[in-house]
Amino acid sequence: MGSTRRLRSAASAVAAFVLLVVLWELAKLVLPDAGVTVGGTRILPRTDDAAMPHVWTVLARLGAPEVAGAAEPRAVGAAIASGALFTLGLALGGLVLGGIAGVLLAVLMQRFAVAEKAVLPYVIASQTVPLIAIAPLVAGWGGKIAIGGWAWEPWASVMVISSYLAFFPISVGMLRGLTSPREADVEMFRSLAAGWWTTLVRLRLPASVPHLVPAVRLAAAAAVVGAIVAEISTGTRGGIGRLIIEYAQSATGDPSQMYAAILGAAVLGLVAAGAVGLLELALRRYRGSVA
Amino acid sequence: MKRPRFGRTALAAIGAAAAVVLAACSTTPAGQQASGGATTAAGGLQPVTLQLQWFTQGQFAGYLAAIDQGYYREKGLDVRIKEGGVDIVPQTVLAQGQADYAIAWVPKALASREQGAAITDVAQIFQRSGTRQVAFADKGITQPGQFAGKKIGNWGFGNEFELFAGMTKAGLKPSDVTLVQQQFDMQALLSGEIDAAQAMSYNEYAQVLEAQNPATGQLYQPSDFTVVDWNTDGTAMLQDAIWASTDKLSDPAYQDRTVRFVAASIKGWAYCRDNVAACRDIVVKAGSKLGASHQLWQVNEVNKLIWPSPAAGAGTIDPAAWAQTVNVARTAVNADGQTVLTKDPDPEAYSNDYVTKAIDMLKGEGVDVVGTSYQPETVTLNPGGN
Repeated sequence: MGSTRRLRSAASAVAAFVLLVVLWELAKLVLPDAGVTVGGTRILPRTDDAAMPHVWTVLARLGAPEVAGAAEPRAVGAAIASGALFTLGLALGGLVLGGIAGVLLAVLMQRFAVAEKAVLPYVIASQTVPLIAIAPLVAGWGGKIAIGGWAWEPWASVMVISSYLAFFPISVGMLRGLTSPREADVEMFRSLAAGWWTTLVRLRLPASVPHLVPAVRLAAAAAVVGAIVAEISTGTRGGIGRLIIEYAQSATGDPSQMYAAILGAAVLGLVAAGAVGLLELALRRYRGSVA
Repeated sequence: MKRPRFGRTALAAIGAAAAVVLAACSTTPAGQQASGGATTAAGGLQPVTLQLQWFTQGQFAGYLAAIDQGYYREKGLDVRIKEGGVDIVPQTVLAQGQADYAIAWVPKALASREQGAAITDVAQIFQRSGTRQVAFADKGITQPGQFAGKKIGNWGFGNEFELFAGMTKAGLKPSDVTLVQQQFDMQALLSGEIDAAQAMSYNEYAQVLEAQNPATGQLYQPSDFTVVDWNTDGTAMLQDAIWASTDKLSDPAYQDRTVRFVAASIKGWAYCRDNVAACRDIVVKAGSKLGASHQLWQVNEVNKLIWPSPAAGAGTIDPAAWAQTVNVARTAVNADGQTVLTKDPDPEAYSNDYVTKAIDMLKGEGVDVVGTSYQPETVTLNPGGN
């Protein structure tokens, strides 16, 4: 990827954000405060300040103290930043766990056709189970686990739930990648008496990179969403998901603090996607290496 | 043809990512360290875990105060609090053995019990219900009979049965009103999308009073609203209680621990009755994100649900209130045609044995366990609860 292209993609990301801000403010300006309701069904949301605060109100809120009367006061922005970092750590952990599981599953499915037939339907079915059903189960099972004196911590449940969402795109993308080499290439390896392992390491893995990178990008986004939802679901303290719901509790008079946390979650997603960009950079030389 | 190997760079990148993750993992906030399953801890204290229904807030001030003031420690207990979450069901956590005690509403816990959760109510901390139905005064809704044809908010998920019992008592069917699913906040009431919204006296009602009235530029005042109180309507159900594991209660050691835990908890609540502001500070220190005036309001309102207590002492389960709760749970039908319970709970569902011993213990220490002279404070709410 050339530096001009990178610059362009950064510029378009900024432009997209500005466009979003303009749209938000335009909606507030143009649409009626009470929103638009047709025949009792709401089709456009309320746009008054209690429902959609001004962008500048939200940004100004970042500098306000988080909890009035706290012994060690900190700004909303600082709280959100530290929550976002905590969640990012858990999401990355979930991504790595999910990545390992996804790659292993994909290799297994590529190696044994019977495994693909047996496992793939379950891999797909796993994503139709709602997260809110899984979260209490994981938290419940986790509480019974102690590994070598290390007792299960609430954040570990969040990481596992996050990996549950992350493994899916990776296993599917990786399987596609592993089966992507042309038949002629595979046969050439065979004619050279290369075994399964050599073919995997020297042909299939490099060939899978163009499929893997977009899969990891999807997985990173899923891991962040999974971590945030799992935090909300299990009430795990320290992350941005918990902050969103705690701020939402006091959103009756002024929802800007909640929107500030949601903004933080959005930035978190971008950072996670950016981190995948680094992975892409590291794997650059494999792009198109096996045509 | 080039034959690239899945090289070192890639492995290094993966390794670096893993290192970041491990570093992140070690930043667990203090106070969340598990006490483990061992029966003894440092200093000879017994580790005990308490599962709450929700995040740290004034609703749980008594337990937090008992930790802060060392009341649990006096009784030989090292109590660790597990906060709740959106999908955490405290009585399930207790029944699965993930906590030693849990705080849960009586009807919801009884529903779990009917489905097999072996749990027993060992102390009824809240003697009264905090659930209200709040409407703007100009809507003229002062009793459940006036809900007819109105938009009535409720949270669902088992929090709605007092509302349906009240409506049934007033001769209304669920189909006589427009039921609206409520969010965490009270915006829908203020914007007129709900005519009468469900609110806890100690939380959502305060949120309304912390919002600005666009007509006056001041905060909304209690006089702007009418409140339906299920306690006076006769359809209230018992709420926060301390639940213990029924199976473990056959173990004398757990019985003894239960008495000490209940005693220290009630002592914590007595402290919050007499030191409302100090309890607010304890709750804020424990990490609540709600503002200080909101938290003061919450502790004060929760006190009203506890004190004054029955003559037998705080935490005592009043058989009449229990019977009313069970009756409502068996008869009130929600919009899905369901009742909370299909049959009466068995006698093991509650026990006054432990709280009675705990009260005797506290009386010996000179703690006022009834609060006959209790007077609530007047709390001034600030904008946004700050």
